[in-house]
Amino acid sequence: MTGAPPPQGLLAAEAAHAQGTALTVRQIFWRRFLRHRLAVASLAFLVVLALASAAAPLVEALLGVDGNLVDLFNAKQPPSPANPLGTDELGRDLLVRLLYGGQVSLVVGLAAALCAAVVGTLLGLAAGYYGGRLDALLMRFTDGVIALPILPLLIILAAIDLGKIGLPQDLVTSESISLYRIVFLIALVGWTTVARLVRGATLSMKTREFVRAAEALGASAPRIMLVHILPNVVSPIIVATTLSIGGIILLESVLSFLGLGIQPPLPSWGNMLTSAQELIWDAPALAIYPGALIFLTVIAFNFLGDGLQDALDPRALQSED
Amino acid sequence: MLSYLARRLIESFFVLAVMSLVIYALIGLMPGDPIDIMIFSDPEMTPAEAERLRAIYGLDQPIFERYLAWLGNALTGDFGYSRLYNQPALDILLPRLGNTVILMGLSFLLALAIALPAGIYAATRPQSPVDHAINLLAFAGISVPPFWLAILLIILFAVTLGWLPAGGMGDGRDFWADLRYLALPVMALTIATVGGVIRFMRAAALEALRQDYVRTALAKGLSGRQVVLGHVLRNAMIPVVTILALQMGNLFSGALITEQIFAYLGMGKTIYDAVIGNDYNVALLGLLLATLTTLLANLLADLAYSWLDPRISYQ
Repeated sequence: MTGAPPPQGLLAAEAAHAQGTALTVRQIFWRRFLRHRLAVASLAFLVVLALASAAAPLVEALLGVDGNLVDLFNAKQPPSPANPLGTDELGRDLLVRLLYGGQVSLVVGLAAALCAAVVGTLLGLAAGYYGGRLDALLMRFTDGVIALPILPLLIILAAIDLGKIGLPQDLVTSESISLYRIVFLIALVGWTTVARLVRGATLSMKTREFVRAAEALGASAPRIMLVHILPNVVSPIIVATTLSIGGIILLESVLSFLGLGIQPPLPSWGNMLTSAQELIWDAPALAIYPGALIFLTVIAFNFLGDGLQDALDPRALQSED
Repeated sequence: MLSYLARRLIESFFVLAVMSLVIYALIGLMPGDPIDIMIFSDPEMTPAEAERLRAIYGLDQPIFERYLAWLGNALTGDFGYSRLYNQPALDILLPRLGNTVILMGLSFLLALAIALPAGIYAATRPQSPVDHAINLLAFAGISVPPFWLAILLIILFAVTLGWLPAGGMGDGRDFWADLRYLALPVMALTIATVGGVIRFMRAAALEALRQDYVRTALAKGLSGRQVVLGHVLRNAMIPVVTILALQMGNLFSGALITEQIFAYLGMGKTIYDAVIGNDYNVALLGLLLATLTTLLANLLADLAYSWLDPRISYQ
């Protein structure tokens, strides 16, 4: 694009895919990803956030505070050297609570996204590879799950008495049960996007020569799906999974906000906001910080997923501009 | 076309029947049962009386037989009584379904009215500053926690500026006064919805702009506006409509949060209150009505799809 002025408007959209380059796929990936400044900044932010959350016990020790110690005489204090962001409505250090809440939100987001991706990948592979009745049945089921009003359903699922479905009592009453429960629930409804993507990619892969060759050599169906097809459909899985983490963190925060997700005293950014509507008057920081952190984390995962999509999308490789 | 419609309706009822069984079973797994609540409110009750009550209400039967009994009543239009409101569950839910449809419908139309021009404008100027700005705003809309956004809106418009009520419902006497109560919930739900629609619209318009018929139209000398309005818009709408239909369930979830925060008497808030308050009949019927609404919305989207794209015919 030297000499002539760059095309404007519709012409730019027209011209955008007219050029090609001779770089390796990996080079193109890094070039495209690094050019996505928002995605790079988001990755940096998420790494810092993860490190800070992991260092929560360290921060606790450095400040000499106890994140779980209720001290009503010391509630809703403004920032001070001992409590850099002040204290919450029960007198606990806000910074330490935010960091522990970050651990919970990140762990729930990553774990649930991973579980959902595994379920979706297996169902998508099976539907795409076997085809026929199984495919029709699984895809109908997927359509049904996608169409459901998820949040009301999750509210009922979250209210279920786990003792009644035969889980051992000491597990039901343990403090981290709400963590496992929410990861399970979100994975239960979150696998649909990956399943559809993987099914579509598998459909186009299974007619390729290398798959036919493996079949001719007598490879078993699971081997073909996992060894020959799966590695070729990894990019869309990575993109969809990264993009799903943001939505999952939002869903967790909503459920926790409604009192049905992560149960106190375990902090999550969502349940820290449960009483935000009242707190907003006398201690606005308590209502602003957790919400702002959810917002920044979710938008960072979305930018990251968007950057990965641009960098990994094979269709976009030709339109390197 | 008619036979297609009939088949889809039968399918929807089948889904609804399966859902009713699943939800019935799930609600049976919620903590406590109606008799536990009666024991709680009447400590004098003996275990023998409690057993007798369980037998009267059929709670000693296996869950599948209880479901069949419920289904038999439901088919005659009897969905049981609400424990919290002491009224038939259907009488509680129908007006609230209307309220939710108003909230969701207004937000959806508003989101479309913003997203269509914004998405197409961004797609016709890829990588321009305006495209980046629209993209950034769309991502912000997708990523903001809806309940937190609602609280921020209340602070700004109800408390600081004092323009709009912070929550509640109008009394139905004065249309314009009632509209003021709708303003903030609709704004919150629209912001939560519009980002996703803009991104779909932009992607679909970009795809349509790459097609040969666009090059042909430009080559024969049509203006950019004519190409966009005549060729790009309609073709871009086709994938968008499908995706939007699948968003109905999401929209319902967004409505639940919005209703909860603004104390808006809609289905979402009613379902939530029913689950929290052990009001089994209302929770069950509410979820079924919510499912029915999303199924019907999907069906409508399918019909819109064939209207937009005459090449598609349903057999």
